[in-house]
Amino acid sequence: MAGLQPDNPYAKERFPDETKRVEFPPEAKKRFEWILTRYPTKEAALLPTLHLAQEVWGWISPEAVHYVGDLLDLSPATVFGVVSFYNMYNQKPVGKYHLQVCTNLSCMVTRAYDIYEHLCDKLSVKPGATTRDGLYTVTEVECLGSCDTAPVVQVNNDYHENMSVQKMDELLTRLK
Amino acid sequence: MMEPIKILLANIDKPNSVSIDVYGDYAQARKALQMAPDQITQIVKDSELRGRGGAGFPTGNKWGFVPKNAPKPIWLLCNADESEPGTFKDRVIIEKDPHLLIEGMIITAYAIRSNPMSYIYIRGEFYYGATVLEKALDEARAKGFLGKGIFGTNFDFDITVARGAGAYICGEETGLIESIEGHRGQPRVKPPFPAIIGAFGGPTVVQNVETLACVPLIIDKGAEWFKGFGSPRNTGPKLYCLSGCVKKPGVYEFPLGVNLKELIYEHAGGITGDRKLKAVIPGGASAPMLTADEIDIPLNFDALMKAGSMLGSAGIIVLDETVCIVDAVWRLAKFFAHESCGQCTPCREGCNWMESILDRIERGGGRPEDADLLLDMSDNIGGKSLCALGDAAIGPVISSVKKFRDEYLYHVEHKRCLPETIRYRRLDMPVAAH
Repeated sequence: MAGLQPDNPYAKERFPDETKRVEFPPEAKKRFEWILTRYPTKEAALLPTLHLAQEVWGWISPEAVHYVGDLLDLSPATVFGVVSFYNMYNQKPVGKYHLQVCTNLSCMVTRAYDIYEHLCDKLSVKPGATTRDGLYTVTEVECLGSCDTAPVVQVNNDYHENMSVQKMDELLTRLK
Repeated sequence: MMEPIKILLANIDKPNSVSIDVYGDYAQARKALQMAPDQITQIVKDSELRGRGGAGFPTGNKWGFVPKNAPKPIWLLCNADESEPGTFKDRVIIEKDPHLLIEGMIITAYAIRSNPMSYIYIRGEFYYGATVLEKALDEARAKGFLGKGIFGTNFDFDITVARGAGAYICGEETGLIESIEGHRGQPRVKPPFPAIIGAFGGPTVVQNVETLACVPLIIDKGAEWFKGFGSPRNTGPKLYCLSGCVKKPGVYEFPLGVNLKELIYEHAGGITGDRKLKAVIPGGASAPMLTADEIDIPLNFDALMKAGSMLGSAGIIVLDETVCIVDAVWRLAKFFAHESCGQCTPCREGCNWMESILDRIERGGGRPEDADLLLDMSDNIGGKSLCALGDAAIGPVISSVKKFRDEYLYHVEHKRCLPETIRYRRLDMPVAAH
């Protein structure tokens, strides 16, 4: 998701802060050990470990890239290559509620862009950006595989189906 | 008129259909594990089951390609990376009847002599589906249907849910294998085909969710019963996904080969607002579109291929007269440009160029030569990349330019869309780069 990538590839925030080291909390460490038992190679555990890291920290920081690399004996470049390939790994912190509006064809013809444009206007954010209070991030996403209940908005992990501008407004009042 | 059937979807309306107690005790897997692996492969070959993921490759033949005495472990991977725009059939099975899929995987793994571990690669967005599967797998393990020596045989088998992270290309089988191995999901050069060298260097069979869900049914009722649905070489029950401008969108089950016109007008209640039909995409975003005059056609692999389109994943997107074809194709081109993995130049650059040209036509800046330019570019993308994404991306472009050339020319001449169309998006919104 381009909107969540640092705009400048040489931006300072793209490099780890040497003074900050991150580590999984004990619960996540246990989960990581379990993940390792499910794959024949350490490298194959990379995607699930990154999902775990994102669950813990909300995004994949450069520090997390180095930490995950150390855990799996992979170079930070390899880990970052994977992080940047997959849309769902956030390369920037996101809001408490990540509003992901599908605008692909079936959603588009059921007026998904109205919802997307309404959200950007109402929350005064650019696509892919987070509101100042850190509550919402609005992103346009590709097909969510729920075209019969279009338009669909995914908020964090949950699908909200058969949406409309009005329903979106109602949902926003509940997401505080 | 063909009546809808309830075979693959037989369980979904039962209360608590996800529970193993409602589903049953895996009778077909028990039965299959008493047979010889090759006997199962032969039954599936006889049933003429073809892969439901998009390519329609005969499933039994695929299993037959796996070498008997492979030095490396054999892998079974379930492709649940359902991301083709317009497709949402696997999600129904995953979320409503996960045990049917698990039972299908046990039988398939036994037939191909899989090693004791297997993966369901589910797209990352299906978080709920992944939790349903995890729970179903726990239930099956608790009953001893997964694990060591299942059903009193010496066959060990277990399944792990591997979540993707938002990449359409991981639905391509070698992209999926790369992703399972922990890499960027960039497809591999073929040959060697996955059946010879796939995941972790071993022979690998990748099957779609719906295909695997057909397997227990074939074991239960036999190949002849399965062939009783549909027509020769296009057999079995099939899930059709209907979305877009129709009154009753949803997943419909029919014998393979239901008539498209009948499906839209009789079963799905016709077009939203009783408007005029303009075009239909019959097999997910990659399938070349059909015009309103071309929809009197059976929805099966061979008939659609003959009509210059494809059944693909059976994701049918209906577009009515209010939809601007250029805008619709732009949206699909944007999708493919976003999802191109970046490995092959013709696809990576070409998809972006096609998106830009379609955008400029839509905005009134089109040039008279643009329609032919799109065809020329398509010619330079199709067949010139490692996987089928490039070929998929040109499907809607070529078909729309050929079938709706007048509409393209109208845009160029009048610098706006046809008067009957509706603006489905604001043109002043910034469009995210890829």
